[in-house]
Amino acid sequence: MMVRNTKDLLSGLFFVACGAFFVLVGQDYTFGSARRMGPGYFPTVLGVILVVLGIVVTLRTVKMVPKDESEWAWRPLLINCVGIIIFGFIVRGAGLIPAVFILAMISARASARFRLVPSLLLAAGLAVFSHFTFVKGLGLPFPPFGTWFGY
Amino acid sequence: MELFGNLWLGLQVAFTLQNLTYCFIGTLLGTMIGVLPGLGPAATIAMLLPATFVLPPIASLIMLAGIYYGASYGGSTTAILINVPGESSSIVTALDGHQMARQGRAGPALATAAIGSFFAGSVATLIIALFAPVLAEVALKFGPAEYFSLMVLGLIASVVLASGSLVKALAMIVLGLLLGLVGSDVNSGTPRYTFGFPELADGIGFIGVAMGMFGIGEVIRNLENETTRSSLVQKITSLMPSREDFRMMWKPIVRGTALGSILGILPGGGALLSAFASYSMEKKLAKDPSRFGKGAIEGVAGPESANNAGAQTSFIPMLTLGIPSNPVMALMIGAMIIQGIQPGPQVMTGKPDLFWGLIVSMWLGNAMLVILNLPLVGIWVRLLRVPYHLLFPAILVFCSIGVYSLNNATFDIYIMAVFTVLGYVLVKLECEPAPLLLGYILGPMMEEYLRRAMLLSRGDPMVFIERPISGVMLAAAVLAMASVLLPAFKKTREEALKEE
Repeated sequence: MMVRNTKDLLSGLFFVACGAFFVLVGQDYTFGSARRMGPGYFPTVLGVILVVLGIVVTLRTVKMVPKDESEWAWRPLLINCVGIIIFGFIVRGAGLIPAVFILAMISARASARFRLVPSLLLAAGLAVFSHFTFVKGLGLPFPPFGTWFGY
Repeated sequence: MELFGNLWLGLQVAFTLQNLTYCFIGTLLGTMIGVLPGLGPAATIAMLLPATFVLPPIASLIMLAGIYYGASYGGSTTAILINVPGESSSIVTALDGHQMARQGRAGPALATAAIGSFFAGSVATLIIALFAPVLAEVALKFGPAEYFSLMVLGLIASVVLASGSLVKALAMIVLGLLLGLVGSDVNSGTPRYTFGFPELADGIGFIGVAMGMFGIGEVIRNLENETTRSSLVQKITSLMPSREDFRMMWKPIVRGTALGSILGILPGGGALLSAFASYSMEKKLAKDPSRFGKGAIEGVAGPESANNAGAQTSFIPMLTLGIPSNPVMALMIGAMIIQGIQPGPQVMTGKPDLFWGLIVSMWLGNAMLVILNLPLVGIWVRLLRVPYHLLFPAILVFCSIGVYSLNNATFDIYIMAVFTVLGYVLVKLECEPAPLLLGYILGPMMEEYLRRAMLLSRGDPMVFIERPISGVMLAAAVLAMASVLLPAFKKTREEALKEE
């Protein structure tokens, strides 16, 4: 089946938006002259180029392409990013071992083949391994348990 | 001879116990992670970068280079054994290598890849030692206008020789350049696009960008269709190629090495193009081309030599000009900057021990690969069987700890999450992330050279055309762009980059 190339349309619009964003915000910085370029000069010029390229990409979307069957992995994307962000939030307070354990448990759910017991073992193993490799081995200054546990 | 003096200096640096150890650890770790399914060299390096920051600069670069060839070789191993190329340049190896494996000749295929890679690596190392000083000499005479034009040429060439839509790749470069500008402006100190985040004053953390787009982004892509992964690994009975095999492989190895060494120097060329070019050359030269795709040993020997030679000589523009020709070199430049070394021609004159130590260690690394890979292949095969759903949480953990450990800043972890999303969405929209990373690395440098050139010329942009070297480079960039639009070239480009 042939459809309009929505990938080109979306990416084109994305480039236009990014370019416009850099140009608009860049107006707050001194533009300067060609001889003495201010901090706003290069970003503004690049932003305009990006808008133009984005428009070119967008205009090509009238071309018909075969329908693409590949799926978007929204669930793994969301779960893994949430896991990373939670890791960031708790690594100071809870310490390395709980943070690694929780990150491994959350991200394991991103797989369709998730099973509780192997994942628990893996998460525990990773937590211990990380502590010994990074803290004991490489000497990184991460406490195994953080301030939330009274350390 | 100056060359021997230099190589002698390099030997003294590379043969210290410390540097030998890190070279060994690098190749070992690189191979180990490279054979894990779905992790290419860029992802492997991004993941292991933070581990090298605690080391002195020389040791860290030696280790990173080791990780690079280790991971490349690991990619070929998976291509041969399970038909899963770890990186784009091993796609070619998979064509005939996996067929050989299915005919029960996995051992000779692996050995051929190792021997070809070693020969190519040795020759390419010598080429670097011979040509890098010459190029650096020329580059030392470059003014800001030449540097600016060189970066334009490098960026353009890198997308012309890559696959996919040209306009999108150009847009990705520009977006990368813009992202590279975030942070304090060097001249005025004005914070740009930081939105009050003090963490952004030094720019968007390089490690977060690289790990998000290449490390975790790749994990998400692998999770798209988990079930289709074949875990059928071919048995390895004997490793040694027969006398007949040796007779058939040596010419393709020599030709592949020559081709790869030349193509590797071109920006954007590197390993992928070399491998494809070598494969089609061997097919054309073969007495019986129909054997190709059915387990022809030349189809493994040529491309494997070519991609290793190309991977090696792509260090030349990186070391002498400070210009990355592919994402891996962009990562190397990022690592050098974090170590406090500004890449460029002054590295060779200012830090000869680092430069020559790295070059000699490249040869050592290649030798270690052969010694390491052939006896240890049994272990790599076992690693291949690690199920992915148990593997990727570990990748996530190591990336998160790595990105956090660099500055003890949780902000970098969030940057990584943002660029994971951005990288994945862009890949799904068929925008390759590699040009963005190259632009991101070159953004601040390009702006600086542009400003200086325009200041010297009193605001006259003609300086870029009037200065001969700069003019030639810009003309080459225009020609490269124009050639893509020509129908004849367009067809060849599509054919050359088509995945068979």
